[in-house]
Amino acid sequence: MNAPDDAAETRPTSPGDFRPAAGWDALRLRARLLRTVRAFFDDRNFLEVETPLLSADTVVDRHLDPFTVDGGRLYLQTSPEFCMKRLLAAGGEAIYQITRAFRREEQGRLHNPEFTMVEWYRVGDGMAEGMRLLGDLGEAMLGRGGAELLTYREAFERHVGIDPHAADTEALARAARDVGIDAPASLSTTDRNGWLDLLLALGVQPRLGRERPTIVYDYPASQAALAQVRTGQPPVAERFELYFSGVELANGYHELTDAAELRRRNARANTLRRQDGKSPLPEESRLLAAMDAGLPEATGAALGFDRVVMLAAGATSLAEVMAFPMDRA
Amino acid sequence: MASYNTSEFRKGLKVQLDGDPYLMIECNFVKPGKGQAMYKCRLRNLIRNTVLDRTYKSGDSIEAADIEEIAAQYLYRQGDQFVFMDDETFEQYELTAAQVDDAWKYLKEGMKCSMILFNGGPLTLTPPNHVVLKVEYCEPGAKGNTASNVTKPVTVETGAEMSCPSFVEVGDLIRVDTRTGEYIERVKE
Repeated sequence: MNAPDDAAETRPTSPGDFRPAAGWDALRLRARLLRTVRAFFDDRNFLEVETPLLSADTVVDRHLDPFTVDGGRLYLQTSPEFCMKRLLAAGGEAIYQITRAFRREEQGRLHNPEFTMVEWYRVGDGMAEGMRLLGDLGEAMLGRGGAELLTYREAFERHVGIDPHAADTEALARAARDVGIDAPASLSTTDRNGWLDLLLALGVQPRLGRERPTIVYDYPASQAALAQVRTGQPPVAERFELYFSGVELANGYHELTDAAELRRRNARANTLRRQDGKSPLPEESRLLAAMDAGLPEATGAALGFDRVVMLAAGATSLAEVMAFPMDRA
Repeated sequence: MASYNTSEFRKGLKVQLDGDPYLMIECNFVKPGKGQAMYKCRLRNLIRNTVLDRTYKSGDSIEAADIEEIAAQYLYRQGDQFVFMDDETFEQYELTAAQVDDAWKYLKEGMKCSMILFNGGPLTLTPPNHVVLKVEYCEPGAKGNTASNVTKPVTVETGAEMSCPSFVEVGDLIRVDTRTGEYIERVKE
């Protein structure tokens, strides 16, 4: 018989909370890896830039929820993507930034609502060059070798035994059951992307990057976000992600430059947000104005710095490498 | 009925699934950077003590379990039923031997226990951590042997058998830890 323990619920803070969650070794490792990142990009003639954390614009994504500020007039940025692309449209060629990003309701072992993001763009790069650069950065930071490249389809076939582009929702649900994944009862039989996310997060991802970093690329066109879609059979999004030790570390795009297409994607994302019971986000933005004016061909990526530090430290939660994670911020 | 949304999910939450009360013993937030947020939860059934893994997606909710902890006084035993009284409301509750579980070994009339109620009915019972019991029967110990590492079985006033150092005699009062069932010391009064 077990009497439930209420202590954790009834006590919002404890006297030791003023102390950092991370030890000094972890904080020194953070500082060293920040220098590694700056040296990596400086060596390649990238310009370090800074852009606003507070902006009237925000990324319109079904599953990204920004914090609002000043009565909803401004958003804390979920990534510096919009402003950095505006710099590209204004003549920036190779730029990087180390900044804070904010995402509401993302908290857990691998999430903190406020986190450090490294984001970069280089004009003229296609997806192949973008993946090479990301793989090199991963090697510089983790020291675990260059990245293995795997298409989204290969990753699914290898770890959950299904072709993610060809399978219908029913087959995806069956594949989840076959590998012992417990699916949320509320996951709709028509929500194909929901099933793909479930298989990716609980079936594929834990097995990625076990030996060395792995980059997964060519995502389903329905998950393009801000990436270009390459026509083909099937069409795929020129999107890529870096994984190591089963942890998602970075996401990159061969960037969408077509403003009309972004307007369509924004409208679709807001339709889905409304269906999910979430408030829609502003579809018009200065990024669209920049794309109307002409965004050059480029590839960019964003990396979760805290997660890299966590893996480099041999830790298993972000809290071990952050001075003051959310619960003691 | 109150319910908890995924954004309120955390360890220690008491919820109700298929009519049974569960304690959330683990909750892991899982989210692909550009995808659906999910919560991998581990829940323990508070009646059967079995463990269940369930995945929820962002926006889901679980019914809250109506769970309350009260101070209850042990009154008496009637066959297979153990009768307790809420110290504040004087309401009486009958627990089965299965619900009382090992706690019967320590129950003396008037003893203050902690009881968990689920939907207003008794669910589990926890006696105080330390209780004093009178030894009713044991074999005589070897004379002059005060070593506490030599043990022997004794029967206490509740009818339960426990292990004590061999110097303990009939009529002695002993303090016992109810969480481990272990003898702590001999007491005067």
